[in-house]
Amino acid sequence: MSDAGAQSMMGSAHAGGIARDRIADLYGEYVHLIDDDRLEAWPDLFTEQASYRVTTRENHDRGLPLALIYCAGRGMMADRISALRTANIYEPHVYCHMVSAIEVLETVADGVRARSNFVVMRTMQGGDTMVFACGRSFDTIVEEGGRLRFAARTVVLDSRSIDTLLVIPL
Amino acid sequence: MDLAWPHGELSRVPYRVYTDPEIYALEQQRLYRGPVWNFLCLECEIPNPGDYKSTWVGDTPVIAVRADDGSISALVNRCAHKGALLCYKPCGRVREFECVYHNWVYDLKGNLTGVAFKRGVGGKGGLAADFDQKQHGLERLRLEAYRGLVFGSFSAATPPLRDYIGAELTANIDRVFIKPLKVLGYHSQLLPNNWKLYAENNKDSYHASLLHVFHNTFGVVRPNMDGGVKISPSGWHHLSFTQRVSLGDDQVGREKVRSFKDEYRLEDATMMEHRLELGDLVTNAIETVFPTLVIQQILNALAVRQIVPRGVDRTELIWTVLGFTDDDAAMTELRLKVNNLVGPAGLVSMEDGVVGGWIQRAAKADGEEQTVMPMGGRDVQASQGSRVTEAAVRGFWKGWRECMNV
Repeated sequence: MSDAGAQSMMGSAHAGGIARDRIADLYGEYVHLIDDDRLEAWPDLFTEQASYRVTTRENHDRGLPLALIYCAGRGMMADRISALRTANIYEPHVYCHMVSAIEVLETVADGVRARSNFVVMRTMQGGDTMVFACGRSFDTIVEEGGRLRFAARTVVLDSRSIDTLLVIPL
Repeated sequence: MDLAWPHGELSRVPYRVYTDPEIYALEQQRLYRGPVWNFLCLECEIPNPGDYKSTWVGDTPVIAVRADDGSISALVNRCAHKGALLCYKPCGRVREFECVYHNWVYDLKGNLTGVAFKRGVGGKGGLAADFDQKQHGLERLRLEAYRGLVFGSFSAATPPLRDYIGAELTANIDRVFIKPLKVLGYHSQLLPNNWKLYAENNKDSYHASLLHVFHNTFGVVRPNMDGGVKISPSGWHHLSFTQRVSLGDDQVGREKVRSFKDEYRLEDATMMEHRLELGDLVTNAIETVFPTLVIQQILNALAVRQIVPRGVDRTELIWTVLGFTDDDAAMTELRLKVNNLVGPAGLVSMEDGVVGGWIQRAAKADGEEQTVMPMGGRDVQASQGSRVTEAAVRGFWKGWRECMNV
């Protein structure tokens, strides 16, 4: 679809046959699930073979393939969660995601490509709240079994640096 | 410096070395500008004339740049006029360096080639008559490269690079960097602690299986492992490694591996696959080159880590993650997957981001109290067959004390 086509699509209530409200709801469900620490359900928001990547603008803009987190398929996502529950050691903290500027870019087979902006505030057990991450996500969202799932999600952090560590997905 | 050090001891360290701004300031002179080789960048990051990379030696900003004749120079990134940064981007390509403040211009070897309004305007102003342009180039560091790793030194007393590292540890660099390199990407991790706590952590082969329990939890430890710790003759550098003693367990990554505790297993262990590419069975090799370089091979995850101090209680760790230029698509995919183990979100490395901070917080109030590191003896000697030793950490303190004259 041309850019102009994508633009006109934005004005409508449907994008590639998917109601725009449902796309916004998927983003909402995604961040509430993480921020509420219901991480075991997080992989289920992806298709079985979905890719999930967290990278930086530095790497992304230079075409460098390295990611901070790279999961190829739901299995690797589930492993990330079981690792943070059972193996990894870190100070307890929570995220508060703010997602905005959701835009449907184009329709693809079974769904749409979309993007969003986000800010994540991180609050540590000691009370400190800081901007932990901000940036953009580039996502492929498909309809599967009557619900929407991410078929690909790439989270691009504006900063090149991670404060201390990254353990909870973004 | 009135630092009271336990007499004759390498196995005790006063907490104050992590928290005292005065010691941090002295390190900038005595250690970072002392008889050490500081890692600057990789040759493959600056392949063409005019390519530069901004880097650091301690607090000092440094440019590594390739000149038209193919040689690389290391220059202090500071205009000789008023001291402004010349390069304020992380990397780039230039014909010459021009300070944006007053347009002083330097060639790619740091010679001052131009000064704006040097003869003034309309016959008025201009440079003082006694100003000698040749005397106002950029400060140059000594530079040596080995197997694509570029190092700089401020000191004439630093031995040649290969002598500095020593033959046994140079051999590991030969072992890992067997082919032309390419950069797969960068990580930067901001650690809430003094730089030395991270430097020690890399030399601390004792903590690996205790703090980073991912492998044990998910039962992805291969049987029949052997390993040890090698230490350079100076004591300053080390290599900690593990290797398989036989090839019988190749399939470990391809199946769902049961853990010691039955309830935990990986759904997808493909990232634990290991393509033998270096001509041996070594699965993990962590080498340090004092003071700030870590060379990492973990399965097929190759990287260099540069430790950059950002103040007495803050450190930036810059990971440059590598592959070889002849990697095929499947090899790149494998490297990207196994890199889940390392970096700021690394399944076996993220804990290193917090432990230093915990020491930093706990040590703050009691500078004259001391750590104690008795594991594997009191001195700095290699260990065959076991990595349960703090010898390499003691070697770090030997290097630190020799540089700092403490």
